[in-house]
Amino acid sequence: MTTPSSPQDCLPVLLPFRLCRRETHRRLGAGFGALLCVSLILLVSAASAQSGRVVAPPLQVIVKWAPLLLTGFAFNILISALAMLLGTIAGLALGIGLLSDLLPIRQISRALTQIFRNAPWLVLLFFVMFLVPFQVTIFNVHIPFPDWVKATVGFALPVMANFAEVVRGAVKSVPSTQWEAAEALAFTPRQTMWRIILPQCIKRMLPPWMNIYSLVAMSTVLASIVGVSEMLTLTAQVHAAEGGRPELFAPLYGFALLCFFLYCYPINLWTAHLERRFQTR
Amino acid sequence: MDAIPDWFQRLYESTGFNFSVFYDPYDWNRYVDGVKMTLILSVSTILLSLILGAAGALIQSSPSRLLRGSVNAFVVVFRNTPPLVQLFFFYFGLATMLPATESATGMREPLLNNVAWAIISLSLFAAAFNVEIFRSGIEAVPKTTVEAAESLGYTRFKAYCHIVLPLAIRVCLPALNNNLVNLLKTTTLAYAIAVPETLYALKQIWSESQNVMEMMILLLATYGILVGLLVWLMHRWERAMHIRGYNR
Repeated sequence: MTTPSSPQDCLPVLLPFRLCRRETHRRLGAGFGALLCVSLILLVSAASAQSGRVVAPPLQVIVKWAPLLLTGFAFNILISALAMLLGTIAGLALGIGLLSDLLPIRQISRALTQIFRNAPWLVLLFFVMFLVPFQVTIFNVHIPFPDWVKATVGFALPVMANFAEVVRGAVKSVPSTQWEAAEALAFTPRQTMWRIILPQCIKRMLPPWMNIYSLVAMSTVLASIVGVSEMLTLTAQVHAAEGGRPELFAPLYGFALLCFFLYCYPINLWTAHLERRFQTR
Repeated sequence: MDAIPDWFQRLYESTGFNFSVFYDPYDWNRYVDGVKMTLILSVSTILLSLILGAAGALIQSSPSRLLRGSVNAFVVVFRNTPPLVQLFFFYFGLATMLPATESATGMREPLLNNVAWAIISLSLFAAAFNVEIFRSGIEAVPKTTVEAAESLGYTRFKAYCHIVLPLAIRVCLPALNNNLVNLLKTTTLAYAIAVPETLYALKQIWSESQNVMEMMILLLATYGILVGLLVWLMHRWERAMHIRGYNR
Protein backbone atom coordinates (compact mmCIF):
# COMPACT_ATOMS: atom_id res chain seq x y z
CA MET A 1 0.00 0.00 0.00
CA THR A 2 1.34 3.39 -0.83
CA THR A 3 0.88 5.90 1.90
CA PRO A 4 0.17 9.51 1.00
CA SER A 5 3.21 10.69 2.88
CA SER A 6 4.44 14.10 1.85
CA PRO A 7 2.03 16.98 1.39
CA GLN A 8 3.36 17.58 -2.12
CA ASP A 9 1.99 14.26 -3.38
CA CYS A 10 -1.64 14.93 -2.62
CA LEU A 11 -3.36 18.28 -2.61
CA PRO A 12 -6.16 18.14 -0.10
CA VAL A 13 -8.72 20.77 -0.91
CA LEU A 14 -9.73 22.64 2.23
CA LEU A 15 -12.78 24.72 2.88
CA PRO A 16 -12.30 28.40 3.80
CA PHE A 17 -11.41 29.06 7.44
CA ARG A 18 -14.12 30.88 9.34
CA LEU A 19 -13.81 31.78 12.98
CA CYS A 20 -17.45 32.39 13.84
CA ARG A 21 -19.15 30.70 16.68
CA ARG A 22 -22.69 30.37 15.50
CA GLU A 23 -23.02 26.66 16.25
CA THR A 24 -21.94 26.80 19.87
CA HIS A 25 -24.29 29.59 20.65
CA ARG A 26 -27.24 28.01 18.99
CA ARG A 27 -26.69 24.86 20.97
CA LEU A 28 -26.19 26.58 24.29
CA GLY A 29 -28.56 29.31 25.44
CA ALA A 30 -27.69 32.06 27.87
CA GLY A 31 -29.97 30.53 30.46
CA PHE A 32 -28.01 27.31 30.45
CA GLY A 33 -24.75 29.08 31.22
CA ALA A 34 -26.31 31.06 34.05
CA LEU A 35 -27.83 27.89 35.44
CA LEU A 36 -24.42 26.26 35.32
CA CYS A 37 -22.78 29.07 37.28
CA VAL A 38 -25.53 29.13 39.90
CA SER A 39 -25.37 25.38 40.32
CA LEU A 40 -21.58 25.59 40.66
CA ILE A 41 -21.95 28.05 43.52
CA LEU A 42 -24.70 26.01 45.16
CA LEU A 43 -22.60 22.88 44.85
CA VAL A 44 -19.61 24.55 46.43
CA SER A 45 -21.76 26.05 49.19
CA ALA A 46 -23.35 22.68 49.88
CA ALA A 47 -19.96 21.00 50.00
CA SER A 48 -18.60 23.50 52.48
CA ALA A 49 -21.81 23.60 54.53
CA GLN A 50 -21.20 20.00 55.46
CA SER A 51 -18.23 20.99 57.59
CA GLY A 52 -20.93 21.57 60.25
CA ARG A 53 -19.99 24.48 62.48
CA VAL A 54 -22.40 27.08 63.78
CA VAL A 55 -21.50 29.77 61.27
CA ALA A 56 -23.44 31.51 58.54
CA PRO A 57 -23.68 29.29 55.46
CA PRO A 58 -21.89 30.67 52.38
CA LEU A 59 -25.07 31.52 50.53
CA GLN A 60 -26.27 33.66 53.41
CA VAL A 61 -22.93 35.46 53.50
CA ILE A 62 -23.19 36.25 49.81
CA VAL A 63 -26.75 37.55 50.14
CA LYS A 64 -25.68 39.68 53.08
CA TRP A 65 -22.80 41.29 51.26
CA ALA A 66 -24.28 41.34 47.76
CA PRO A 67 -25.14 45.08 47.80
CA LEU A 68 -21.53 45.99 48.59
CA LEU A 69 -20.10 43.54 46.07
CA LEU A 70 -22.50 44.70 43.38
CA THR A 71 -21.48 48.32 44.03
CA GLY A 72 -17.93 47.19 43.41
CA PHE A 73 -19.06 45.51 40.21
CA ALA A 74 -20.77 48.71 39.08
CA PHE A 75 -17.48 50.50 39.69
CA ASN A 76 -15.78 47.93 37.46
CA ILE A 77 -18.29 48.65 34.73
CA LEU A 78 -17.77 52.40 35.14
CA ILE A 79 -14.00 51.97 34.77
CA SER A 80 -14.46 49.78 31.70
CA ALA A 81 -16.89 52.23 30.08
CA LEU A 82 -14.58 55.21 30.66
CA ALA A 83 -11.54 53.28 29.47
CA MET A 84 -13.46 52.24 26.36
CA LEU A 85 -14.49 55.84 25.67
CA LEU A 86 -10.95 57.16 26.04
CA GLY A 87 -9.46 54.25 24.14
CA THR A 88 -11.92 54.55 21.28
CA ILE A 89 -11.24 58.25 20.75
CA ALA A 90 -7.47 57.78 20.95
CA GLY A 91 -7.66 54.61 18.87
CA LEU A 92 -9.58 56.36 16.12
CA ALA A 93 -6.88 59.02 15.94
CA LEU A 94 -4.13 56.38 15.99
CA GLY A 95 -5.94 54.29 13.39
CA ILE A 96 -6.22 57.24 11.03
CA GLY A 97 -2.54 57.88 11.74
CA LEU A 98 -1.81 54.31 10.60
CA LEU A 99 -3.44 55.17 7.26
CA SER A 100 -1.76 58.55 6.85
CA ASP A 101 -0.06 59.48 3.61
CA LEU A 102 2.90 60.90 5.51
CA LEU A 103 5.54 58.29 6.24
CA PRO A 104 6.71 59.64 9.65
CA ILE A 105 3.16 59.76 11.04
CA ARG A 106 2.54 56.26 9.76
CA GLN A 107 5.73 54.95 11.34
CA ILE A 108 5.12 56.60 14.70
CA SER A 109 1.54 55.29 14.79
CA ARG A 110 2.75 51.84 13.86
CA ALA A 111 5.37 51.82 16.60
CA LEU A 112 2.84 52.97 19.21
CA THR A 113 0.31 50.37 18.11
CA GLN A 114 2.86 47.57 18.24
CA ILE A 115 4.17 48.55 21.67
CA PHE A 116 0.76 48.82 23.30
CA ARG A 117 -0.64 45.76 21.58
CA ASN A 118 2.25 43.48 22.51
CA ALA A 119 2.72 44.48 26.14
CA PRO A 120 0.72 42.56 28.74
CA TRP A 121 -2.23 44.52 30.11
CA LEU A 122 -0.97 44.17 33.67
CA VAL A 123 2.43 45.59 32.72
CA LEU A 124 0.79 48.60 31.06
CA LEU A 125 -1.33 49.07 34.15
CA PHE A 126 1.78 49.08 36.35
CA PHE A 127 3.38 51.48 33.92
CA VAL A 128 0.61 54.04 34.26
CA MET A 129 0.11 53.51 37.99
CA PHE A 130 3.75 54.11 38.84
CA LEU A 131 4.85 56.64 36.30
CA VAL A 132 1.89 59.04 36.24
CA PRO A 133 1.99 61.49 39.16
CA PHE A 134 -0.91 61.48 41.64
CA GLN A 135 -1.66 65.11 40.83
CA VAL A 136 -0.66 67.71 38.27
CA THR A 137 -0.30 71.39 38.98
CA ILE A 138 -1.04 73.77 36.12
CA PHE A 139 -0.95 77.49 36.99
CA ASN A 140 -1.42 76.73 40.69
CA VAL A 141 -4.49 74.59 39.95
CA HIS A 142 -4.10 71.12 41.40
CA ILE A 143 -5.67 68.44 39.26
CA PRO A 144 -5.71 65.23 41.28
CA PHE A 145 -5.38 61.82 39.64
CA PRO A 146 -6.94 59.26 41.99
CA ASP A 147 -5.79 55.69 41.49
CA TRP A 148 -8.91 54.60 39.66
CA VAL A 149 -8.47 57.36 37.06
CA LYS A 150 -4.93 56.17 36.48
CA ALA A 151 -6.19 52.59 36.18
CA THR A 152 -8.72 53.77 33.60
CA VAL A 153 -5.93 55.35 31.57
CA GLY A 154 -3.95 52.14 31.97
CA PHE A 155 -6.80 50.16 30.42
CA ALA A 156 -7.39 52.77 27.73
CA LEU A 157 -3.86 52.29 26.32
CA PRO A 158 -4.28 48.69 25.09
CA VAL A 159 -7.82 49.53 23.95
CA MET A 160 -6.37 52.36 21.88
CA ALA A 161 -3.85 50.11 20.16
CA ASN A 162 -6.34 47.31 19.52
CA PHE A 163 -8.99 49.69 18.23
CA ALA A 164 -6.45 51.39 15.95
CA GLU A 165 -5.91 48.03 14.25
CA VAL A 166 -9.66 47.56 13.96
CA VAL A 167 -10.01 50.98 12.33
CA ARG A 168 -7.19 50.22 9.92
CA GLY A 169 -8.68 46.87 8.98
CA ALA A 170 -12.15 48.35 8.48
CA VAL A 171 -10.90 51.22 6.33
CA LYS A 172 -8.81 48.82 4.23
CA SER A 173 -11.87 46.66 3.69
CA VAL A 174 -13.78 49.51 2.01
CA PRO A 175 -13.48 48.98 -1.78
CA SER A 176 -10.96 51.32 -3.37
CA THR A 177 -13.59 52.40 -5.88
CA GLN A 178 -15.21 54.36 -3.05
CA TRP A 179 -12.04 56.45 -2.72
CA GLU A 180 -11.88 56.97 -6.45
CA ALA A 181 -15.56 57.94 -6.67
CA ALA A 182 -15.09 60.44 -3.84
CA GLU A 183 -12.08 61.90 -5.58
CA ALA A 184 -14.04 62.16 -8.83
CA LEU A 185 -16.72 64.10 -6.95
CA ALA A 186 -14.03 66.55 -5.78
CA PHE A 187 -14.05 65.60 -2.09
CA THR A 188 -10.89 66.56 -0.23
CA PRO A 189 -9.01 63.66 1.43
CA ARG A 190 -10.31 64.74 4.84
CA GLN A 191 -13.89 64.93 3.63
CA THR A 192 -13.53 61.54 1.95
CA MET A 193 -12.34 60.01 5.20
CA TRP A 194 -14.95 61.54 7.51
CA ARG A 195 -18.00 61.67 5.25
CA ILE A 196 -17.61 58.64 3.03
CA ILE A 197 -15.20 56.02 4.34
CA LEU A 198 -15.67 56.12 8.13
CA PRO A 199 -19.50 56.02 8.09
CA GLN A 200 -19.27 52.83 6.06
CA CYS A 201 -16.75 51.43 8.50
CA ILE A 202 -18.91 51.78 11.61
CA LYS A 203 -20.88 48.69 10.72
CA ARG A 204 -17.73 46.67 10.19
CA MET A 205 -16.07 47.99 13.33
CA LEU A 206 -18.95 47.33 15.71
CA PRO A 207 -18.48 43.58 16.36
CA PRO A 208 -14.70 43.78 17.01
CA TRP A 209 -15.29 46.91 19.09
CA MET A 210 -17.70 44.99 21.28
CA ASN A 211 -15.21 42.16 21.53
CA ILE A 212 -12.63 44.61 22.83
CA TYR A 213 -15.17 45.98 25.28
CA SER A 214 -15.88 42.58 26.76
CA LEU A 215 -12.10 42.07 27.10
CA VAL A 216 -11.78 45.39 28.93
CA ALA A 217 -14.70 44.61 31.21
CA MET A 218 -12.98 41.36 32.18
CA SER A 219 -9.62 43.09 32.62
CA THR A 220 -10.86 45.70 35.08
CA VAL A 221 -10.33 43.20 37.91
CA LEU A 222 -6.60 43.66 37.32
CA ALA A 223 -7.00 47.04 39.02
CA SER A 224 -7.34 45.19 42.33
CA ILE A 225 -3.69 44.13 42.02
CA VAL A 226 -2.60 47.76 42.01
CA GLY A 227 -4.89 48.69 44.88
CA VAL A 228 -8.04 50.17 43.34
CA SER A 229 -10.96 49.11 45.53
CA GLU A 230 -13.13 47.42 42.94
CA MET A 231 -15.05 44.18 43.12
CA LEU A 232 -12.18 41.77 43.68
CA THR A 233 -10.64 43.94 46.39
CA LEU A 234 -14.03 44.15 48.10
CA THR A 235 -14.42 40.39 47.78
CA ALA A 236 -11.16 39.87 49.65
CA GLN A 237 -12.25 42.38 52.30
CA VAL A 238 -15.63 40.70 52.71
CA HIS A 239 -13.84 37.43 53.13
CA ALA A 240 -11.70 38.91 55.87
CA ALA A 241 -14.74 40.51 57.52
CA GLU A 242 -16.43 37.11 57.69
CA GLY A 243 -13.55 35.74 59.71
CA GLY A 244 -11.35 34.57 56.85
CA ARG A 245 -12.86 31.09 56.76
CA PRO A 246 -11.16 29.17 53.94
CA GLU A 247 -14.40 27.51 52.81
CA LEU A 248 -15.80 30.96 51.96
CA PHE A 249 -13.24 31.59 49.23
CA ALA A 250 -14.93 29.48 46.58
CA PRO A 251 -18.48 30.88 46.97
CA LEU A 252 -17.25 34.48 47.10
CA TYR A 253 -15.03 34.21 44.06
CA GLY A 254 -17.73 32.13 42.41
CA PHE A 255 -20.10 35.05 42.91
CA ALA A 256 -17.60 37.37 41.20
CA LEU A 257 -17.30 34.88 38.33
CA LEU A 258 -21.09 34.79 38.03
CA CYS A 259 -21.40 38.59 37.90
CA PHE A 260 -18.86 38.85 35.12
CA PHE A 261 -20.33 35.93 33.27
CA LEU A 262 -23.84 37.40 33.36
CA TYR A 263 -22.47 40.71 32.09
CA CYS A 264 -20.08 39.49 29.39
CA TYR A 265 -21.96 36.52 27.97
CA PRO A 266 -24.92 38.53 26.59
CA ILE A 267 -22.43 40.98 25.04
CA ASN A 268 -20.66 38.05 23.43
CA LEU A 269 -23.91 36.57 22.13
CA TRP A 270 -24.92 39.92 20.69
CA THR A 271 -21.50 40.35 19.05
CA ALA A 272 -21.83 36.95 17.41
CA HIS A 273 -25.31 37.89 16.25
CA LEU A 274 -24.08 41.17 14.72
CA GLU A 275 -21.15 39.40 13.10
CA ARG A 276 -23.54 37.01 11.41
CA ARG A 277 -25.83 39.84 10.30
CA PHE A 278 -23.05 41.99 8.87
CA GLN A 279 -21.28 39.09 7.21
CA THR A 280 -20.34 40.06 3.68
CA ARG A 281 -20.00 37.35 1.14
CA MET B 1 34.08 40.28 30.59
CA ASP B 2 33.14 43.03 33.00
CA ALA B 3 32.51 45.49 30.21
CA ILE B 4 28.71 45.36 30.44
CA PRO B 5 28.43 45.69 34.25
CA ASP B 6 31.04 48.46 34.20
CA TRP B 7 29.21 50.31 31.46
CA PHE B 8 25.90 50.21 33.34
CA GLN B 9 27.63 51.18 36.58
CA ARG B 10 29.13 54.19 34.83
CA LEU B 11 25.76 54.98 33.24
CA TYR B 12 24.23 55.06 36.72
CA GLU B 13 26.99 57.27 38.12
CA SER B 14 26.99 59.71 35.23
CA THR B 15 23.29 59.93 34.28
CA GLY B 16 21.33 58.39 37.17
CA PHE B 17 19.76 55.64 35.05
CA ASN B 18 19.94 52.76 37.47
CA PHE B 19 19.74 49.48 35.56
CA SER B 20 20.76 47.58 38.68
CA VAL B 21 20.08 44.15 37.17
CA PHE B 22 22.99 44.55 34.78
CA TYR B 23 25.72 45.24 37.34
CA ASP B 24 24.37 43.81 40.59
CA PRO B 25 24.73 40.00 40.47
CA TYR B 26 22.02 39.52 43.12
CA ASP B 27 19.45 41.48 41.10
CA TRP B 28 20.64 39.81 37.91
CA ASN B 29 20.00 36.37 39.40
CA ARG B 30 16.52 37.37 40.51
CA TYR B 31 15.74 38.74 37.06
CA VAL B 32 17.04 35.62 35.31
CA ASP B 33 15.05 33.40 37.67
CA GLY B 34 11.97 35.49 36.91
CA VAL B 35 12.44 35.13 33.16
CA LYS B 36 13.00 31.38 33.65
CA MET B 37 9.75 31.14 35.59
CA THR B 38 7.90 33.06 32.86
CA LEU B 39 9.35 30.63 30.31
CA ILE B 40 8.33 27.61 32.39
CA LEU B 41 4.84 29.03 32.82
CA SER B 42 4.38 29.92 29.17
CA VAL B 43 5.82 26.71 27.69
CA SER B 44 3.81 24.47 30.01
CA THR B 45 0.57 26.42 29.61
CA ILE B 46 0.98 26.54 25.81
CA LEU B 47 1.53 22.78 25.59
CA LEU B 48 -1.22 21.92 28.09
CA SER B 49 -3.72 24.30 26.48
CA LEU B 50 -2.99 22.86 23.03
CA ILE B 51 -3.58 19.31 24.28
CA LEU B 52 -6.75 20.32 26.13
CA GLY B 53 -7.95 22.32 23.13
CA ALA B 54 -7.43 19.41 20.74
CA ALA B 55 -9.13 17.01 23.15
CA GLY B 56 -12.03 19.43 23.61
CA ALA B 57 -12.47 19.83 19.86
CA LEU B 58 -12.55 16.02 19.50
CA ILE B 59 -15.18 15.71 22.22
CA GLN B 60 -17.21 18.49 20.60
CA SER B 61 -17.77 16.26 17.59
CA SER B 62 -18.61 13.20 19.68
CA PRO B 63 -22.04 11.58 19.36
CA SER B 64 -22.82 11.95 23.06
CA ARG B 65 -24.91 15.04 23.79
CA LEU B 66 -23.80 15.17 27.40
CA LEU B 67 -20.11 15.31 26.46
CA ARG B 68 -20.74 17.94 23.78
CA GLY B 69 -22.81 20.02 26.16
CA SER B 70 -20.19 19.91 28.89
CA VAL B 71 -17.40 21.01 26.54
CA ASN B 72 -19.61 23.83 25.28
CA ALA B 73 -20.38 24.90 28.83
CA PHE B 74 -16.66 24.84 29.67
CA VAL B 75 -15.86 27.02 26.65
CA VAL B 76 -18.63 29.51 27.34
CA VAL B 77 -17.86 29.85 31.05
CA PHE B 78 -14.10 30.21 30.66
CA ARG B 79 -14.34 32.65 27.77
CA ASN B 80 -16.71 34.99 29.54
CA THR B 81 -15.14 35.33 32.97
CA PRO B 82 -12.00 37.27 33.91
CA PRO B 83 -8.89 35.06 34.01
CA LEU B 84 -7.77 36.71 37.24
CA VAL B 85 -10.98 35.73 39.03
CA GLN B 86 -10.62 32.21 37.63
CA LEU B 87 -7.11 32.10 39.02
CA PHE B 88 -8.29 33.26 42.45
CA PHE B 89 -11.21 30.83 42.36
CA PHE B 90 -8.83 27.95 41.70
CA TYR B 91 -5.99 29.00 43.96
CA PHE B 92 -8.00 30.21 46.97
CA GLY B 93 -11.32 28.45 46.47
CA LEU B 94 -10.51 24.97 45.23
CA ALA B 95 -7.03 24.61 46.71
CA THR B 96 -8.33 25.04 50.26
CA MET B 97 -10.84 22.26 49.71
CA LEU B 98 -8.30 19.75 48.50
CA PRO B 99 -6.65 17.56 51.11
CA ALA B 100 -3.34 18.90 52.38
CA THR B 101 -0.44 17.32 54.16
CA GLU B 102 1.48 18.72 57.07
CA SER B 103 5.14 19.49 56.79
CA ALA B 104 7.71 18.64 59.44
CA THR B 105 7.22 22.01 61.12
CA GLY B 106 3.45 21.54 61.29
CA MET B 107 2.69 24.00 58.50
CA ARG B 108 -0.13 23.24 56.11
CA GLU B 109 1.34 21.98 52.87
CA PRO B 110 -1.13 22.07 50.02
CA LEU B 111 -1.29 19.35 47.42
CA LEU B 112 -0.46 21.73 44.59
CA ASN B 113 1.59 24.90 44.99
CA ASN B 114 0.87 28.28 43.44
CA VAL B 115 2.93 27.58 40.30
CA ALA B 116 0.91 24.43 39.62
CA TRP B 117 -2.37 26.27 40.12
CA ALA B 118 -1.25 29.10 37.85
CA ILE B 119 -0.40 26.57 35.14
CA ILE B 120 -3.72 24.73 35.55
CA SER B 121 -5.85 27.86 35.61
CA LEU B 122 -4.13 29.64 32.72
CA SER B 123 -4.15 26.46 30.62
CA LEU B 124 -7.88 26.02 31.11
CA PHE B 125 -8.46 29.66 30.19
CA ALA B 126 -6.44 29.39 26.98
CA ALA B 127 -7.85 25.93 26.21
CA ALA B 128 -11.36 27.39 26.07
CA PHE B 129 -10.21 29.62 23.23
CA ASN B 130 -8.20 26.84 21.60
CA VAL B 131 -11.24 24.54 21.47
CA GLU B 132 -13.10 27.15 19.41
CA ILE B 133 -10.09 27.72 17.16
CA PHE B 134 -9.55 24.00 16.54
CA ARG B 135 -13.26 23.50 15.94
CA SER B 136 -13.30 26.16 13.24
CA GLY B 137 -10.21 24.51 11.74
CA ILE B 138 -11.93 21.12 11.79
CA GLU B 139 -14.95 22.58 10.04
CA ALA B 140 -12.65 23.53 7.18
CA VAL B 141 -11.77 19.87 6.60
CA PRO B 142 -14.16 18.52 3.97
CA LYS B 143 -16.55 15.74 4.99
CA THR B 144 -15.33 13.64 2.06
CA THR B 145 -11.85 13.48 3.58
CA VAL B 146 -13.26 12.06 6.81
CA GLU B 147 -15.43 9.66 4.86
CA ALA B 148 -12.41 8.51 2.88
CA ALA B 149 -10.57 7.85 6.12
CA GLU B 150 -13.53 5.90 7.48
CA SER B 151 -13.70 3.79 4.33
CA LEU B 152 -10.02 2.97 4.83
CA GLY B 153 -10.92 1.54 8.22
CA TYR B 154 -9.78 4.37 10.48
CA THR B 155 -11.57 4.62 13.79
CA ARG B 156 -12.97 8.03 14.71
CA PHE B 157 -10.09 8.71 17.10
CA LYS B 158 -7.40 7.56 14.67
CA ALA B 159 -8.93 9.56 11.84
CA TYR B 160 -8.98 12.61 14.10
CA CYS B 161 -5.32 12.21 15.12
CA HIS B 162 -3.89 11.32 11.74
CA ILE B 163 -6.09 13.11 9.24
CA VAL B 164 -8.43 15.76 10.61
CA LEU B 165 -6.22 17.42 13.21
CA PRO B 166 -3.08 17.77 11.02
CA LEU B 167 -5.17 19.46 8.35
CA ALA B 168 -7.11 21.57 10.85
CA ILE B 169 -3.96 22.83 12.58
CA ARG B 170 -2.59 24.11 9.28
CA VAL B 171 -5.75 26.09 8.64
CA CYS B 172 -6.14 27.60 12.07
CA LEU B 173 -2.48 28.45 12.76
CA PRO B 174 -2.89 32.24 12.39
CA ALA B 175 -5.74 32.31 14.91
CA LEU B 176 -3.83 29.95 17.18
CA ASN B 177 -0.81 32.21 16.92
CA ASN B 178 -2.88 35.12 18.21
CA ASN B 179 -4.22 33.14 21.13
CA LEU B 180 -0.83 31.81 22.19
CA VAL B 181 0.66 35.32 22.15
CA ASN B 182 -2.25 36.35 24.32
CA LEU B 183 -1.55 33.45 26.66
CA LEU B 184 2.09 34.47 27.00
CA LYS B 185 0.93 37.93 28.01
CA THR B 186 -1.63 36.49 30.43
CA THR B 187 1.09 34.64 32.38
CA THR B 188 1.76 37.98 34.13
CA LEU B 189 -1.43 37.31 36.11
CA ALA B 190 0.46 34.67 38.07
CA TYR B 191 2.01 37.67 39.82
CA ALA B 192 -1.25 37.99 41.77
CA ILE B 193 -0.71 34.66 43.54
CA ALA B 194 2.98 35.35 44.18
CA VAL B 195 4.49 33.18 41.47
CA PRO B 196 8.00 34.63 41.10
CA GLU B 197 7.85 35.40 37.38
CA THR B 198 9.40 38.37 35.55
CA LEU B 199 6.94 41.01 36.74
CA TYR B 200 7.21 39.78 40.33
CA ALA B 201 11.00 39.72 40.26
CA LEU B 202 11.27 43.19 38.75
CA LYS B 203 8.70 44.56 41.19
CA GLN B 204 10.90 43.32 44.03
CA ILE B 205 13.95 44.90 42.45
CA TRP B 206 12.30 48.26 41.88
CA SER B 207 10.91 48.31 45.40
CA GLU B 208 14.41 47.88 46.77
CA SER B 209 16.48 49.97 44.38
CA GLN B 210 13.92 52.72 43.69
CA ASN B 211 14.42 52.45 39.93
CA VAL B 212 10.83 52.03 38.76
CA MET B 213 11.28 53.75 35.40
CA GLU B 214 14.31 51.72 34.33
CA MET B 215 12.85 48.40 35.43
CA MET B 216 9.56 49.21 33.64
CA ILE B 217 11.48 49.77 30.42
CA LEU B 218 13.32 46.49 30.98
CA LEU B 219 9.98 44.77 31.66
CA LEU B 220 8.44 46.03 28.43
CA ALA B 221 11.58 45.08 26.52
CA THR B 222 11.59 41.59 28.05
CA TYR B 223 7.99 40.92 27.07
CA GLY B 224 8.60 42.47 23.66
CA ILE B 225 11.45 40.03 23.07
CA LEU B 226 9.52 37.03 24.42
CA VAL B 227 6.48 37.81 22.26
CA GLY B 228 8.73 38.40 19.26
CA LEU B 229 10.41 35.04 19.86
CA LEU B 230 7.07 33.24 20.06
CA VAL B 231 5.77 34.93 16.90
CA TRP B 232 8.99 34.03 15.07
CA LEU B 233 8.72 30.38 16.16
CA MET B 234 5.06 30.21 15.16
CA HIS B 235 5.82 31.70 11.74
CA ARG B 236 8.56 29.13 11.21
CA TRP B 237 6.14 26.39 12.20
CA GLU B 238 3.55 27.85 9.84
CA ARG B 239 6.03 27.78 6.97
CA ALA B 240 7.12 24.23 7.79
CA MET B 241 3.50 23.07 7.82
CA HIS B 242 2.53 24.90 4.65
CA ILE B 243 0.51 22.82 2.19
CA ARG B 244 1.64 23.40 -1.35
CA GLY B 245 -1.07 24.49 -3.67
CA TYR B 246 -3.35 25.62 -0.87
CA ASN B 247 -3.52 29.31 -0.10
CA ARG B 248 -0.99 30.60 -2.64
